[in-house]
Amino acid sequence: MGHRRAPGELESGVLATLWAADGPLTAAQVGERLPGDDLAYTTVLTILSRLFDKGMVMRQRAGRGYAYEPARDEAAHTAERMRDLLDGGPDRAAVLSRFVSELSAEDERLLHELLGDGR
Amino acid sequence: MRISVYVPLAVSAVLAVLAPRLAHRLPPRRAAWALACAALVTTAGWLGALALLAFTALARIPEIARQGAWSAAVLSAAEPVRLFVGVAGAAGLLAACTGLAVSCVRQVRAASRIRRECARLPGDGELVVLDDASPEAFALPGGLRAPGRIVVSRSMLSCLDGREREALLAHERAHLRGRHHLFQAVWRLSAAANPMLRPLAGSGCYVLERWADEDAADRVGDRSVVARAVARAALAASGTPRRSLAATGGAVPRRVRALLAPPPRQRRLPLPLLAGGLLLALCCGSLADATMDNEEILDAAMYAACAPPLGAPPPMTIPPGDQAGDQAGDQPVMSRWRRSAVARPKAGSLMCVSNSRTWTVLPRRPSRKALNSVPSTTGSW
Repeated sequence: MGHRRAPGELESGVLATLWAADGPLTAAQVGERLPGDDLAYTTVLTILSRLFDKGMVMRQRAGRGYAYEPARDEAAHTAERMRDLLDGGPDRAAVLSRFVSELSAEDERLLHELLGDGR
Repeated sequence: MRISVYVPLAVSAVLAVLAPRLAHRLPPRRAAWALACAALVTTAGWLGALALLAFTALARIPEIARQGAWSAAVLSAAEPVRLFVGVAGAAGLLAACTGLAVSCVRQVRAASRIRRECARLPGDGELVVLDDASPEAFALPGGLRAPGRIVVSRSMLSCLDGREREALLAHERAHLRGRHHLFQAVWRLSAAANPMLRPLAGSGCYVLERWADEDAADRVGDRSVVARAVARAALAASGTPRRSLAATGGAVPRRVRALLAPPPRQRRLPLPLLAGGLLLALCCGSLADATMDNEEILDAAMYAACAPPLGAPPPMTIPPGDQAGDQAGDQPVMSRWRRSAVARPKAGSLMCVSNSRTWTVLPRRPSRKALNSVPSTTGSW
């Protein structure tokens, strides 16, 4: 199922996985958590070392290899700037297509119901 | 003219009512394009109709009539549009143009700010993660060459599982790839020019979210995963205080329900699309009709303005042999109006000679309606 992912998309997936994790992950653990079982270990490793070279992730020794975690300093700084950007009124909001809009109490109830059906 | 000039105004009112239904009936991608075309055509029709109405009022001002070399009295007598309607049209046109300009400036400013921020984001990958506790996910469109970035907060990523994260990324990627911000710009501009089109802009937002949802479902290969991702993200976001922002997404439960339902069918003959097309054709046709009527009335007023005063020699006709271009030296003074349309007088065209000027009148004859409406005092010819 699904389609073949472009290298850029894989990189996003790996980065998202690292951020979603509670602690540092090894390349094998990242591979397990990425959806789709067609990913080779070496592919994940290549992406991780590329991200390390760009300074987006940090690594520490873990056994024979490394465990990776995201670099947080810059991300905190960026978050501040994006907060400014989001407060810019409807014209900016129209350009930034957000994933979800606000919910009413009724919407929340409906969603819980739908999630129950969907699972 | 009596009715047709108002048709574009009526069409935008009808579209305001129909757009939400159209948005739900059609597959999202097609609906987005249909709504964008509808917005463009209706806005052009709206501005055109207002401009025509405004012209009927402005053309009665004596100074303007003198400049344009038509008779203000004849125009007022022949014009089916009442003066106060024309004045209202002029006011509407002014408001629409002001709204359009203001919205244009605001949007350009917002877009350039966003582009600057996009260029300043760390890294060169597609995804930028914010170390932020409030769940947030959006797409930052790039410029013409730059691909744009997906911005997601840490807490949004951690409330989804692996496949749902993929769905979220695919959704935002679809927004960027489809250049959905341009659709938004079209709808916002048309709503600024014509407030009646605001519901259309609202449905447009929903349709774009649906488009991205369907695209994501296609990529992930499972509709329920996308449905779950949307629902969970919305629930997580609603638990935390959010920044005040006009909601840009559509109603989330409706999106989730649509994703849990079977994919939208592509009908062979999409009736809503056909109906919308007919409506837009009506809009264009009636505007063209109104323009032509207006032209005829104006022609009549021009005839009247250049008609000789009582007692002047009767108008003459160029003999058939004297074709255009044969004797350049003998040409009468060229027409002062419509130089482009009337290069040289043709055989059979009507000449008006007044005291000081010689006028050539268009070879095209005015319609009977226009001629009948010319008051008899100037009808010495």
